[in-house]
Amino acid sequence: MSLLELKDVFKIYGELHALDSINMKVEKGEWLSIMGPSGSGKSTLMNIIGCMDKPTKGEVLLDGVDIAKQSSKNLTAIRRDKIGLIFQQFHLVNYLTAVENVMLAQYYHSMPDEKEAMEALERVGLADRAKHLPSQLSGGEQQRVCVARALINYPEIILADEPTGNLDEANEEIVVDLFHKLHNEGTTLIVVTHDPEVAEVAQRKIVLRSGKISKEVVNKNFTGKIHFE
Amino acid sequence: MKKRRMYFRMITASLIRRRSRMLVALLSIAIGATILSGLVTIYYDVPRQMGAQFRNYGANMIFTAVDGSFTQDDINSGLSYIKKDDIVGVAPYRYENVRIREKSILAAGTDMEGAKAASPYWSIDGEWPSKDSEILIGANAAEQYELRIGDDVTVSYTPENAQVSGDNGEDIVEDETIDFKVVGILDTGGNEEDYVYMSMSDLEKLTNSETKIDVAELSISASSDQLKKYSQEISNQVSSINARLIKRVTASETTVLTKLQALVLLVTVVVLALTMICVATTMTAVVTERRKEIGLRKAIGASDKSIIWEFMGESMLLGCVGGILGSVLGFVFAQQVSIHVFSSSISFRPLLVPITILVSVAVTGISSLMPIKSATDVDPALVLKGE
Repeated sequence: MSLLELKDVFKIYGELHALDSINMKVEKGEWLSIMGPSGSGKSTLMNIIGCMDKPTKGEVLLDGVDIAKQSSKNLTAIRRDKIGLIFQQFHLVNYLTAVENVMLAQYYHSMPDEKEAMEALERVGLADRAKHLPSQLSGGEQQRVCVARALINYPEIILADEPTGNLDEANEEIVVDLFHKLHNEGTTLIVVTHDPEVAEVAQRKIVLRSGKISKEVVNKNFTGKIHFE
Repeated sequence: MKKRRMYFRMITASLIRRRSRMLVALLSIAIGATILSGLVTIYYDVPRQMGAQFRNYGANMIFTAVDGSFTQDDINSGLSYIKKDDIVGVAPYRYENVRIREKSILAAGTDMEGAKAASPYWSIDGEWPSKDSEILIGANAAEQYELRIGDDVTVSYTPENAQVSGDNGEDIVEDETIDFKVVGILDTGGNEEDYVYMSMSDLEKLTNSETKIDVAELSISASSDQLKKYSQEISNQVSSINARLIKRVTASETTVLTKLQALVLLVTVVVLALTMICVATTMTAVVTERRKEIGLRKAIGASDKSIIWEFMGESMLLGCVGGILGSVLGFVFAQQVSIHVFSSSISFRPLLVPITILVSVAVTGISSLMPIKSATDVDPALVLKGE
């Protein structure tokens, strides 16, 4: 059984078909990129996979559970237990330190553990910045705190929305390297991106256009390492 | 780390690290709590303060004799039924007809200190008599007898049954006389201006008789109900005394006091309502500017209940700090009002501190409820869209 399976998924706003009969599968431990121009339905798909929206039609099976039929309370629980989110705008709580931001995810999930949160920050190379507020961190550092927060609860899937959209090349490489490490540890990664270089790193790439999957490419030369042209 | 510890770490971090934002909210709560605590302090202190003010209008209880006259011991027995702190002044009076420059005048023997305390509105030109052979004369009488401050005057008294026969068989009246010095002229606007006042001992000497008191005026600082209780108890327990309230004083005191307390209560309720509106508005602004954070929290798995508890915790902590500040500043506010309006300091009521804090926490909690409830409607997807 696939970890994630979308069966004939539609999202319709009035006349607009934001998603138009999407069928796709994501296997456990897979690294998938989703590409597409603005308005192609990437964000809508991301919201549905991330349990923040429901499809108008179709089934979205996550670990065998159809999230399209779940209540908003259950969706919150699924999001908390199974999904780690990384955003383009970083989105950290600005009055909590780096380590407290990581602990926030633990707090909602189970039990806050500062030692474990520090280890997560160490994995992303930010142990020495743990007591800093987001405003005292660079964009790249903030995104790495986001990665640490996303992986702290060992989620089934890490869902990243334009994770390198606001980063320079050096930080982009650091973040992609982190994804590589997570992939090697068996984490399932779904990365929505505009950046072809980031998209090419993944094992498989899906291209959306007008709410439909227009192309699917398997990376035969998968290394998990980014190559800048 | 326990969840509860992380919870407190989060809400204190929110208040401390966002202090410039939270200061506005804290200020509105603290100002509300200050006015509230100050007004409640004044509300409870008004009877005491006003009671002291009303005592300037003179006696509010009077002892009269059940049978002719009574003694100082009877007064003391009566006073034993009144709390010592409530007694402002007691003035016993004995009235006798005397003569000055062959004209009849009513002389009142009294305890000058007691009269001064019981009738603080008396206006004296000159001084109060402080030793024997000094008198205070009413303004009308002074004019009539052409007496001025510093004048010496002989006061004579004709005792009853004092007639003896002269050498030629005619009736001769033996007068008792004492030379007095006029030390003050009394101006009250009332009957007192027709009398001459001297010490009880001078009147005893003049009349050559033992102390007998016709009436005693008492100034007592107590509510009208308490005054009624006192008068009934004294009348029942002391057989020689009939204790009566001076109704025109006590009734007007009660009316003014009730109206003043109602006014303070009304202002307190209005302030409470305004504080709630102000806090609710501030909390709505706080919640609105944190929609993104709420969306983020929901996106990473916060339930609606968690969000409500976190924001409630923040607002209640804010209410608690505001309440502590308010109870301290409220006392200072009440003290200033009391000093400037009533010219006396106010008594600190320790019970008001926890009450102010509790009310402040409750008001902040209730005012925050609606904006916080609406916070849970935030769509976490907005965060992902970067809106």
